[in-house]
Amino acid sequence: MLKLDQISTGYGPIQVLFDFSLEVRAGEVLCLMGRNGAGKSTAMKAIMGLLPLSGGQISLDGMPISTLPAHEVPRQGIGYIPQGRRLFTEMTVAENIQIGLMTRGKGAETRERVLDMFPRLRERLDQRAETLSGGEQQMLATARALCLEPRVLLLDEPTEGLQPSMIQLIRETVEKMREAGVAIILVEQRIEAVLQIADRVAFIENGYGREVVNTEQLRGDRRLFEKYVGV
Amino acid sequence: MDFGPHLLLAVLEGAVGAAVLALTALGLSLVFGVMRVVNVAHGEFFMLGAVIAWFVATSIGGHPTVGFVAALALAPLIAGLVAVLVDRLILKPVKYDPEATIVGTIGVLYILQQTALMTYGPEARPVEPPFSHRIALPWFEWGENGFAMFYPWGLSTNSYKLFVIGAAIVILLAFWLIMTRSKAGLIMRATQLDRETALAFGIPVSRVYSIVFGLGAGLAALAAVLIVPIQQAHYLMGHDPLLLSFIVVIIGGLGSIRGTVLAAVLIGMSDGIISVFLSPTLSKIIATLLVALVLVFRPQGLFGKKPA
Ligand SMILES: Nc1ncnc2c1ncn2[C@@H]1O[C@H](COP(=O)(O)OP(=O)(O)OP(=O)(O)O)[C@@H](O)[C@H]1O
Ligand SMILES: [Mg+2]
Repeated sequence: MLKLDQISTGYGPIQVLFDFSLEVRAGEVLCLMGRNGAGKSTAMKAIMGLLPLSGGQISLDGMPISTLPAHEVPRQGIGYIPQGRRLFTEMTVAENIQIGLMTRGKGAETRERVLDMFPRLRERLDQRAETLSGGEQQMLATARALCLEPRVLLLDEPTEGLQPSMIQLIRETVEKMREAGVAIILVEQRIEAVLQIADRVAFIENGYGREVVNTEQLRGDRRLFEKYVGV
Repeated sequence: MDFGPHLLLAVLEGAVGAAVLALTALGLSLVFGVMRVVNVAHGEFFMLGAVIAWFVATSIGGHPTVGFVAALALAPLIAGLVAVLVDRLILKPVKYDPEATIVGTIGVLYILQQTALMTYGPEARPVEPPFSHRIALPWFEWGENGFAMFYPWGLSTNSYKLFVIGAAIVILLAFWLIMTRSKAGLIMRATQLDRETALAFGIPVSRVYSIVFGLGAGLAALAAVLIVPIQQAHYLMGHDPLLLSFIVVIIGGLGSIRGTVLAAVLIGMSDGIISVFLSPTLSKIIATLLVALVLVFRPQGLFGKKPA
């Protein structure tokens, strides 16, 4: 569904990704793993059109999206949950949700469905995002992205710093989306979580794409984790 | 006149200044808040508003109200469109780089100023107010015969000045409602808070920038149309509003509506009062001193938030 074809990108003169390729299918969870600074978040930003490509192309269902202006990319149905959540902190929960809804012109029906998934947000609609607990903030970041009714969902380390019950909630959400046929790229560092949820795992090292394997292959054999994540 | 009535007069003068300053400074603050652009040409958009108001009012003729209302609609619109052009032709190409935009808007300052000189000329010209009735103001005294109300000689204002204050309040309220309650306001605030995430949620940031820059200039022009029946239009009239707006925005805290309005009232009022009792120069000195103190002790402004 979403395909990165040998993309090269970076920040100004600093190149971070080198001929990086990746493909995720509908109804699949692809985990992207690599060390700190390997370029995982950079790949997410590149998909969102936030970084200019110096080579390669990104396409969605065969249609190139890397030539679109950045604000058109999410409108194609790509929901993004950035690392560190990046909520609009001075806005209320309701306003953050509203921005998600506006992206693709979704209305009350979508809003209700999303809020049903996160009842704690419904109780806090008028609270400013910055005053939410870490777990609630992650719920809001997730809810905001789901308001697009996305075809593709990008989650960049969504469980960073969360307690087990919250991690469980995020996991259930991801599984629900997978069942609904959404293509999911999940950046995740915890091996146990990856083994539980991923269909496939892609490794990235210093900006280069390495092995992409089925999760089954990793269960008994942890050498790839050792090699690329260092545990 | 006694001190009391004299003070009332000074406060009224100050309020007119504060009203116009609040609108002007709000434009500067909005542009800086959302775009992180220091618009050195902001005062020239104010001047542009006044000069266009004169052109519109004189070419329409008829009752002054007709010309004034037309100017009220057209001057901010034209100034805003000029600003959108500036955004497209100058700010966007330099990618909103902070230093480059300062240099760029200095260039715009001179271009607008010299264009006004070439077309409008060096004269100061008045625009006729749509209405102006002398309103005698009462004063109260608690004297030997108890409470008494009378009209001291010379204690008066005119209806147009009161209109300026009222209009500014209405515009500020409308602006606040737009920013906090409307979709457009939500989009502008999102862009201000996190440009990259705004893009990732489909907000066309570059279009928002154009609109915000136009809106900022439009606010300055609107303020100028309001004041031009009191002060005359002149091609160099942009200097004071620019300086005072900077002072207000620094004291109020950049990008904060509430801070900007409160600081404008503080600066505008004290400017009015000190000018009446002492001298305009002294009032500018004091205001500038206040800025220096704020910058040293509270760089985020009196009402601004500490950067994280
Ligand atoms: N805005 C930026 N400007 C310049 N360099 C950047 C910027 N953001 C990231 N980088 C650099 O790009 C490289 C890849 O960063 P990236 O954030 O993609 O890593 P990551 O794999 O997501 O790491 P982590 O696991 O720590 O989140 C790093 O060397 C980083 O320093
Ligand atoms: Mg990262």
